[in-house]
Amino acid sequence: MKRLLTATLAIGLLGASTLPVHAGPEQDLEQFRSYFYKRFPNTPKDDFINGVYAIDPASREQWEAIEEFPPYELNLEKGKELFNTPFKNGKTYASCFENGGIGIANRYPFFDTKSGRVITLELAINECRKANGEAPLNYEKGPLADISAYMHYTARGKRINIVVPDDPRALAAYERGKASFFAKRGQLNMSCADCHIANAGNKIRADILSPALGQTTHFPAYRSTWGDLGTLHRRYVGCNEQVRAKPYEAQSEEYRDLEYFHTYISNGLQINGPSTRK
Amino acid sequence: MRHNAWSMIKTILIGAALTSFAAPGYISFSHAAEKEMTVIEKGKDVAFDRLKGNCLACHAMDDGTLPGNIAPPLVGMKLRYPDKVKLRAQIWDATVAKPNTIMPPFGRHQILTEEEIDQVVEYVYTL
Ligand code: HEC
Ligand code: HEC
Repeated sequence: MKRLLTATLAIGLLGASTLPVHAGPEQDLEQFRSYFYKRFPNTPKDDFINGVYAIDPASREQWEAIEEFPPYELNLEKGKELFNTPFKNGKTYASCFENGGIGIANRYPFFDTKSGRVITLELAINECRKANGEAPLNYEKGPLADISAYMHYTARGKRINIVVPDDPRALAAYERGKASFFAKRGQLNMSCADCHIANAGNKIRADILSPALGQTTHFPAYRSTWGDLGTLHRRYVGCNEQVRAKPYEAQSEEYRDLEYFHTYISNGLQINGPSTRK
Repeated sequence: MRHNAWSMIKTILIGAALTSFAAPGYISFSHAAEKEMTVIEKGKDVAFDRLKGNCLACHAMDDGTLPGNIAPPLVGMKLRYPDKVKLRAQIWDATVAKPNTIMPPFGRHQILTEEEIDQVVEYVYTL
């Protein structure tokens, strides 16, 4: 019941009340794109990967200057080195991934029909470590973020290609992620959609809110606020906390499902992580 | 459920909360000057304090700097709300009038105390 309600609200929000409540992922994608294309007619479609800088020329110039000598360069070097350093058993990360892990980040997260779970790139990195007898790494920052940054870097320019396979569990994970994106949370009672769909482009105090379309393409991100590189789930934690909601754990089922939906709706956009942000 | 969980961590989070709403350098002087302050002044203080009303995150109002533009500017309130009770109701729980509003339910979620809401109402009524 609750999910049905959120779905109805979601559709209402996008101003397409004629669509059936059971609109599938493909219809969601269509709606999302057309909503943001209409809302930001001056933004080239492929530019939504740049978040707030795709819609605010004033802050873009400064950001472009930073990206010339990006602060994440060191993270990329470390990530590459870690990625290529063999585990104690002599194997490397490459052994766990298709194409040796190079140029594949655009297909994450995916729904794994074997385990019935959404597998994000960060989860796969740690599962690879565990399978090779290594201790898991922190999911929000540090070496794992560096490795993820390197793996995203090798996929730069590749278009996001998230599939919801014909499996009721996959659709359920997608729907949970979607409901989560539209759920009011915390003492301040706000949803991701309130800020990043309904109010995308508006200012919350002095901050311009970025559109949900393209939000996942450029992670991990080096935020000046953090003073280092952080994963997408670290950002989820921050966005939950700012509405005074109890955040979930990075790589919890909640956040993996959220990422599944959140990335699906950016299908077709290019990977451009890592990036720099405020 | 969610609210219970919230109240347990409320104290921990309150410091970290809303950082992106913050106007750099805004400081509330509510305690220092409590004695001499009128209800209206107290209301302004609560409304502007980023850890309390933080109305400026969304509304332009009065002499507040760097307001957001998510919500309509708060002006001409006496004209728009001849009935002060309705104004209080909007602030206490904006979801009654508009279920999916982004405006936080300041009373229902105990973001502000009843007294603070009364003060904010008196202040907003002067705009
Ligand atoms: C109270 C408003 C608010 C809510 C609610 C909110 N966010 Fe945000 N979010 C922001 C602000 C402000 C920023 C920083 C400016 C920007 O890039 O939008 C941000 C940034 C982000 C970014 C980084 C964008 C980039 O280009 O680097 C992501 C991803 C994100 N939010 C996802 C979410 C998700 C998912 C949720 C719900 C779990 C959520 N947000 C809820 C305000 C909010
Ligand atoms: C996160 C955004 C947000 C915050 C914070 C917020 N509001 Fe609002 N407010 C809105 C929006 C959006 C509306 C438009 C109607 C609606 O959606 O409910 C609104 C409407 C109103 C209205 C009705 C205006 C009218 O023209 O009838 C009043 C009064 C009001 N807000 C007062 C306040 C006060 C006082 C505070 C702080 C204590 C506050 N708001 C904080 C978003 C916000």
